[in-house]
Amino acid sequence: MEVKIKSMKHDDFKNNEYIDGLVEQIRASGTNIVVGKLNDLLNWGISNSLWPFCFGTSCCAIEFMCLGAARYDMARFGFEVARNSPRQADYIMCQGTITYRMAPALKRLYEQMAEPKYVIACGSCTVSGGPFKNSYCVVKGIDEIIPVDVYIPGCPPRPEAFFYGLIQLQRKIKVQKYFGGVNRKEKKMEYVPDGKE
Amino acid sequence: MADLQQQIAALCPQAEFDSTGEFLLVTVPDAQWHALARALKEQLGFDYLTALVGVDWKETLGVVYYITNSDTQEMIHVKVTTDNREQPMLHSVSDIWAVANYQEREVYDFYGIIFINHPDMRRFFLRNDWVGYPLRKDYDASEKLNPLRLEDEQNEDDTCSWVEDEKGNVARVAGKVFDDDEYVINVGPQHPSTHGVMRYRASLDGEIVKKVDVVSGYIHRGIEKMCESLTYPQTLLYTERMDYMAAHINRHALCLCIEKAMGLEVPRRAELIRLIMDELMRLSSHLLSYGCLTMDQGATTAFFYGFRDRELIYDIFDRTCGARMSMSYATIGGVVADVHPDFIKDVRHACDVIEKNLKEYHKLFTGNVIAVNRMKGVGVLDRADALNYAITGPSGRASGVHCDVRKTHPYSLYNEFDFDEVIRTEGDSMARYKVRMDEMVQSIKILRQACDKFEAEEGNEYIAKVPKMIKLPAGHWYQQVEASRGAFGVYLESDGDPKPFQKPYRLHFQTPCFNLVGIVDLTCKDNMIADLITITASIDYVIPDIDR
Repeated sequence: MEVKIKSMKHDDFKNNEYIDGLVEQIRASGTNIVVGKLNDLLNWGISNSLWPFCFGTSCCAIEFMCLGAARYDMARFGFEVARNSPRQADYIMCQGTITYRMAPALKRLYEQMAEPKYVIACGSCTVSGGPFKNSYCVVKGIDEIIPVDVYIPGCPPRPEAFFYGLIQLQRKIKVQKYFGGVNRKEKKMEYVPDGKE
Repeated sequence: MADLQQQIAALCPQAEFDSTGEFLLVTVPDAQWHALARALKEQLGFDYLTALVGVDWKETLGVVYYITNSDTQEMIHVKVTTDNREQPMLHSVSDIWAVANYQEREVYDFYGIIFINHPDMRRFFLRNDWVGYPLRKDYDASEKLNPLRLEDEQNEDDTCSWVEDEKGNVARVAGKVFDDDEYVINVGPQHPSTHGVMRYRASLDGEIVKKVDVVSGYIHRGIEKMCESLTYPQTLLYTERMDYMAAHINRHALCLCIEKAMGLEVPRRAELIRLIMDELMRLSSHLLSYGCLTMDQGATTAFFYGFRDRELIYDIFDRTCGARMSMSYATIGGVVADVHPDFIKDVRHACDVIEKNLKEYHKLFTGNVIAVNRMKGVGVLDRADALNYAITGPSGRASGVHCDVRKTHPYSLYNEFDFDEVIRTEGDSMARYKVRMDEMVQSIKILRQACDKFEAEEGNEYIAKVPKMIKLPAGHWYQQVEASRGAFGVYLESDGDPKPFQKPYRLHFQTPCFNLVGIVDLTCKDNMIADLITITASIDYVIPDIDR
């Protein structure tokens, strides 16, 4: 299924009906058994405990730190386990300008992540190059290098915008089919044995 | 000034002088420059190389050196040029002022000027397979020459220097950054403790650091080149994206520089608003550095405290400027809009809260046994080295250098305010941390006085009458301000182009963090590898400010 999220209405944030349905089922039957789809269970688990890999290069990273601090407190949504190793993270939070010198590092770190993996492009620099679009060594949007799931515009985005983007990612995960029919369009990587081109 | 001119003329008869500008301009042929530089430092006390600016004057390439006498705060600038565009060469002064080491590498990167006798002539910001020198006026920016490369750089260890023998012949000598038998570990560019995308390669002996090679440029965005194709009001935008923790201050610097060139008088009330914003920014920045320094040593709670107080300041920015970061508030001639009605009330409230909390922070962290053991006596930078490496800001003052631009070259309204320059003499990580904590108290003191002055001010003028098209006469100007991390300088050169939408001919930002990163090797040497993190955290640089 192809997911197209153009804008999200306020009421749509309450998209946990299927969990409510499971709770009702438990109450009605009086036993600890529910019948449901394994997909829903997995999506529920993945979407509510997303571990970011902070790829912070400039200003947006400071706003992301504000997100982790007391007032905005992203722990409420399960985003707080910020990892510094790509192997432990679920998604790259790419904040700040990516330059030609940095591009190989970003590509490599993305490839080191385990599936399922997602990418959020925060701030105008990662979306399109932003104010540095005319520079001689700035990548004009990270989607030239890696596939992006959610774009958060702003320079830098406000914490509320960060939350909006992060919750969009949760919604995207909640409709994905983990077993078959994956909605991602990325090409499968080809395995090249050592020493062969 | 005339006296100094005679002294320099006695040292170097070939020098030409121009005393019409704000500072004495000395033009020296390259052959005499190295000897004159040494005499300037050793005989006339010009021991602080404030800025080193490469410029392309189309027929000639050259460098402008701004030099300061740290006792008298007298400033001169020296121009050295070469007309060889194929293989331009100038003599290096990195053996006289150590700070010139990285700055000359930057000029080599941008203009291709080779510095003779420089120990390590590598590119600084761009990939080592980059073609061309981007800040030259005839640079070919086509994607074919420099495409987006997704493979790693090769031969990172290769370096070279251009050595001059007694007969004056210059030859290239290849070298290596590290020997083959050295054990080198890589930190960064994506590492949680480098505070951004800095990359170090540290050579180790056991756990002891022997040498640190700084690899910068992972966030080099070519701001200076882009500024050359924008009008003056448009260039203001980029100042906030260099040191984003000194956004107001950097923008203020460029505004001051353009206003100086235009001869524009700024209303007193507008200047007061800018000054209050500057000091709020300084508070916010020092709170962040407190939060990060403590977190690097494992005190995560302190990080939350620092950020809690920063939100108060962000709220003030948000209400008046409409944004939390990258405020775009100061502009040429004043500020873009009047302040929020509750502005002064909010500032006073923030001052009260932060002043109370600072005492608590000291109680929590400053005397803590882990903090003392990890910071006291670690990463010592003495006064001579601090001057030699042109370290300014809290890090310079922790080593006993009198370098607060608000005191040495007062700008804006700072000479009307009563505050102390915080100076310590230990020069270790602890001193740098304490200077920052005490500076916050001074900032609160300034803010309270500024609030009183602002309330006494009449009218609601916030911007001067500024012409729609800003045109500057031909010439060059230099303006320094005290940013959160040290002296931030703007070099502005205009060719006096009579066409509408005049653009700066050359705009250079002398950022404090660029100098700060120069002492990483010096202070980390013979310390433990774990101390690299606390030392760099206490030096407190912002990477986009280094790379620009």
